[in-house]
Amino acid sequence: MLFELSEKKIDIQAVSDKLANNEAGAFVSFEGRVRNHNEGKSVLRLDYEAYPELAIKEAEKVMAEAKEQFPIIDAICVHRTGALEIGDIAVWVGVLSRHRGEAFDACRYIIDQIKSRVPIWKKEFYADNSSVWVNCAACSHDHGRKSKSATVEKVSHRSEGKK
Amino acid sequence: MAKKTIQVNYFAILREKRGVSSEQCETEADFIAQFYKELNDKYDFPEIPLRVAKNNEFCRWDEDIHDGDVLVFIPPVAGG
Repeated sequence: MLFELSEKKIDIQAVSDKLANNEAGAFVSFEGRVRNHNEGKSVLRLDYEAYPELAIKEAEKVMAEAKEQFPIIDAICVHRTGALEIGDIAVWVGVLSRHRGEAFDACRYIIDQIKSRVPIWKKEFYADNSSVWVNCAACSHDHGRKSKSATVEKVSHRSEGKK
Repeated sequence: MAKKTIQVNYFAILREKRGVSSEQCETEADFIAQFYKELNDKYDFPEIPLRVAKNNEFCRWDEDIHDGDVLVFIPPVAGG
């Protein structure tokens, strides 16, 4: 089981070749690619940024969970960082197993969990010259940011459960 | 209350808004949420939900902080 961050283009053949075992009857792979649109806007390119120590740690947990939950032989995930163009592969997942059922299931699990848990962010650059960190648009309603009570409210939410 | 030096590493939107990727902060705060409030009062971070990691582990906002700890406030992730 392996997770890597890569600043360079992912060598699909090289990483697939690492998943080899004569007991395996199935190999499933997933490529997350940069597409040219998101939420109705035309995307020109993306930047990916990772918090490397924690991204690797959390992604390795995901890989271990996949090995635990699905009877697979091995799996690899490689995630890009840096500037990507339309069509580039941002993330690659490969799974090797005896039978295809668990390979498909584990592959889906790995990409779903990586996307929801691992500290990696992407910035989209649009055709109208704007750019946005995906999922990081500020709340549209007014929090009364400058008022002390709003700040206290936000902190007390964060300090719920103080021992 | 003892003064502590905390390292804060910033990524993505927080790195852009704060203008640095890392800084050392002096604080007398006892726990993370308290320390965050001090920083937020000074720097007015974007109003987005954040998680927090201490010394490269996800942790709770009510955890204690100690001299030499490394904190990262984690914006909503968007990998894949």
